[in-house]
Amino acid sequence: MGGGGAVNDIYIILTASFIAISCALIGVFLMLRQMAMVGDAISHAVLPGIVLAYLFTGERSSGIMLLGAAILGVLATLLIELFHKKTRLQEDASIGVTFTWLFALGVILISVYSGQIDLDQDCVLYGEIAYVPLDLWFTASGMNLGPRPLWIAAGLLLVVLLFVLRGYRGLFITSFHPDYAAALGISTVLWHYGLMSMVSVTTVISFESVGAILVVALLIAPAAAAYLLTESLPKLLSLAALFGVLSSAGGYYLAKWLDGSIAGAISTVAGVIFIVAFVVSLARKSIQTKSIAG
Amino acid sequence: METLLEFFSFSSPNVRMVTLGTVLLGAAAAVVGSFAFLRKRALVGDAIAHAILPGIVLAYVVTDSKHPLVLMIGALLCGWLAILSMDYIGNKTKLKTDTVIGLILSVFFGLGIFMLTAVQHTGRGNQAGLDKFLFGKAASMTQTDVFVFAGFSIALLIITFVFFKAFKILSFNRDFALTLGLPVKWAEFVLATLTVLAITTGIQAVGVVLMAALLITPAAAARSWTDSLVRMIFIAAALGALGGLVGSYISFTAPNMPTGPWIVMALSFFTLFSLLFAPKRGVFAKLQLQRKNREKIITENLLKAFYLTGEKTGNVQAIIAKETLDSYRKFPASEFQFALRKLKRKLHIIGNENGWRLTETGVVKAARVVRLHRLWEMYLTERMNMQSDHIHPNAETMEHVITPEVEAELIKELNRPEKDPHESVIPY
Repeated sequence: MGGGGAVNDIYIILTASFIAISCALIGVFLMLRQMAMVGDAISHAVLPGIVLAYLFTGERSSGIMLLGAAILGVLATLLIELFHKKTRLQEDASIGVTFTWLFALGVILISVYSGQIDLDQDCVLYGEIAYVPLDLWFTASGMNLGPRPLWIAAGLLLVVLLFVLRGYRGLFITSFHPDYAAALGISTVLWHYGLMSMVSVTTVISFESVGAILVVALLIAPAAAAYLLTESLPKLLSLAALFGVLSSAGGYYLAKWLDGSIAGAISTVAGVIFIVAFVVSLARKSIQTKSIAG
Repeated sequence: METLLEFFSFSSPNVRMVTLGTVLLGAAAAVVGSFAFLRKRALVGDAIAHAILPGIVLAYVVTDSKHPLVLMIGALLCGWLAILSMDYIGNKTKLKTDTVIGLILSVFFGLGIFMLTAVQHTGRGNQAGLDKFLFGKAASMTQTDVFVFAGFSIALLIITFVFFKAFKILSFNRDFALTLGLPVKWAEFVLATLTVLAITTGIQAVGVVLMAALLITPAAAARSWTDSLVRMIFIAAALGALGGLVGSYISFTAPNMPTGPWIVMALSFFTLFSLLFAPKRGVFAKLQLQRKNREKIITENLLKAFYLTGEKTGNVQAIIAKETLDSYRKFPASEFQFALRKLKRKLHIIGNENGWRLTETGVVKAARVVRLHRLWEMYLTERMNMQSDHIHPNAETMEHVITPEVEAELIKELNRPEKDPHESVIPY
């Protein structure tokens, strides 16, 4: 993890927190729409998009790469729906078949162009957020602006916040009352694909830092923990975001302490937070039952 | 060609091991996966594949051994824990299945990655092989591995055979299995154990992420070809084995190609092919059936138009001009031309551009459509007590669907009526 001390700690924790908040906000809506596993599928399916875009542009974090991978994520949801509706393959199987196929394609592409791509399988699975402080961003005049991934994660958070705040009503109504939304003339399809695009973009940006599978932990675990404690959507969103930040900070120090993968530790802490929320919700339930009985 | 021969001669012991191993894995995973597929638990398999990682690392840390059996025991315990946690959280909270699956999958896997990296960083000497559980390294399969896989596959087949009836009822109707007094809990436990075992062996060949494909994809392909469970399992196992063969052949010809992803590519191709081209359940078979029905309906409608226009003049074989037919019913031009050509070819009508008339066989065919329409209208008013101004649209559909057997039943039920509710004569 190298030197740099407290500043580097803050860089990494900030980057992880920005990503975790973005994931938590998007994850709440995925969970409410019962699409958690679609989120998982998208996070794997963007891999060939990342590899192809990387081959064409030769850069890791270009806009084209982002776009290519995001398109592939949305394509994966289209494929899942196509299989499900046109061939009547049951939904869980169509999710499983689609994402494994796209992921396999991605791994094959990585092996074919292994000489030209600086992407390895480890990075795909659990990313390397520890390298954040090394990737510095300089202006043309040579001024040091700090780590580039931090700026990208901040940009992602801004986009997600704008999407959730501006689209709050649309997302809310289409998540809870799809029929009512249709009656109001709010397009369920539009919001569905809007959300899917956001999942794609979030996954692609999180990919390098936390990898394909751990981004799923950030999407689902904070949202699920928050849902055990509250039912109001604004509280759900803020609580999930808070859990995301706690997981990032806690995970970072856990990883530093035991010298393990930061992303792995963040998911572990997210799991611990879920367990705490689970116990609290069980305790609350038993108090409620007692007070009713008494 | 030469490489193909070289591959299939299996002269190299390494090729023999890898091929045998992947073929066994592919077949065994497909058998277990068929039940998971039918129970709509395909993604649970995916979750277990990720969730066993902490168990593997822990087994290694505790025993300091990488023997496949030791690691499998760790994986098995962790896999059970994952299944139990999923059931427990699902029962105790309002979280939906998909959220619970995703939660267990990602948190267990994250924990596993964290433990694995922490172990790696401690600098213990021989942990190097552990990450083959992440990505799978079919090419490095040893004789011990293959013996374990072979023993496991045989055990799996025997257990499946012994429990077949319970598994079958469980897969299609769990409640029915309970009412029969079958040991459902036991059957579920055995099936879960088999799934975890299949996954633990399988991920050594294809890795964590792609394991789900080994379970689901052959089953999804096999389902298109048959409605019988036994046949489905055999087809799935054969496809799984074939996928393993293709994967190891490709990485034999191109050594830097990973075996696992190519197995998945082959399996996905089989599935896509099956979903599109399988008889009966395939997309194209269904499209063709739809087209045939549509053709039947438009030709029958044209026949009916001839009959009804003729009936008004008192001669059902009267020569009728195109304009008259158009005014009877708005036929789209393309459909009209299509039906006309078809009826001419079948000699149901004869004539030229000025007009056509029904032939003898044409009258018989057209009279049947009209008869079915009017009989059904009779049935709706007489037996279903519907108003006579409400029955026409329904009869428009039913006249194309009723089979000769149903027709005979209708005539019997209605005592061979002479006229329909609109006072039109029913032709027999």
